Amino acid sequence: MQTDQDIAIVRVLQGDIPLVARPFLEIANQLGISEADLLQKISEMHNQGVIRRFGAILRHRQAGITANAMVVWRVPAEDIERVGTIMAQSPAVTHCYERPTGPDWPYNLYTMIHGRSTEECEEVVQKLAQLTNIKECQLLYGIKEYKKTSMQYFK
Amino acid sequence: MDDLDRQLLNRLQSDFPLTSAPYQLLGEELGLNEAEVLERIGRLKEQGIIRRIGASFNSNGLGYVSSLIALKVPEEQLATVASVVNSYPGVTHNYQRNHAYNLWFTLIAPSSAELMNTLKEIQTKIGDLPYLNLPARRVFKIKAQFSF
Repeated sequence: MQTDQDIAIVRVLQGDIPLVARPFLEIANQLGISEADLLQKISEMHNQGVIRRFGAILRHRQAGITANAMVVWRVPAEDIERVGTIMAQSPAVTHCYERPTGPDWPYNLYTMIHGRSTEECEEVVQKLAQLTNIKECQLLYGIKEYKKTSMQYFK
Repeated sequence: MDDLDRQLLNRLQSDFPLTSAPYQLLGEELGLNEAEVLERIGRLKEQGIIRRIGASFNSNGLGYVSSLIALKVPEEQLATVASVVNSYPGVTHNYQRNHAYNLWFTLIAPSSAELMNTLKEIQTKIGDLPYLNLPARRVFKIKAQFSF
């Protein structure tokens, strides 16, 4: 469970930290704690995996990485660990999840692939198919981005 | 974007220095002074390349639950349905994709019950469209970082 202070820290860090020479000092002053305590707390959250990553979050479309394909794969249940592990190793794969199937939806493994073009994404998919010997997949490209934001927890 | 901007972007995405003067340290690594680092980051933000600098939280680690939802939306209703979906703060990503299931969004909520309530509420507003509720069973990788 989080203390009130943890929650206050989450609320600040899920936004954009101030672009100043000593950003953590500014945040600590705002929260009424010391800079050292704040840095200590951030490191703890990072080590515990509560903070998955600390750093710059990009609008990758603006940075030229314009194609995003959600590739859904049909993998035999007993093979999912092997296939998921191999696919996760590809640098072009940013996310790799196992998800449940549905009556008209046989796909159980998902890989997000980002690239500078659809051709680049397709090359990655071919390579993943070769590496794993899983052939049944579909590429779902992002045609329109309706929303992309960071979650605001404890609001 | 010049070469130093690219190096800075690569560096800022991982192992951000959790120290008192992070930009001074980054500057030392890249051969820039602190003011130059701050100025370059300011420019990358103005250009819309950097969305923010901060923490990405693991929703489960904070006691939240999440899912991926797919909807089959008649083409002519897509904009309306997308804006209903977008109106929920727990929806963080929402994309039209090239498939019969053509609208895909992520939903985060403080509990499974609240997640299901939100989903029901959305369905009531949009007229009960065919959908898939696809919570992650297992995470093999989350690493939304890009090399330049």
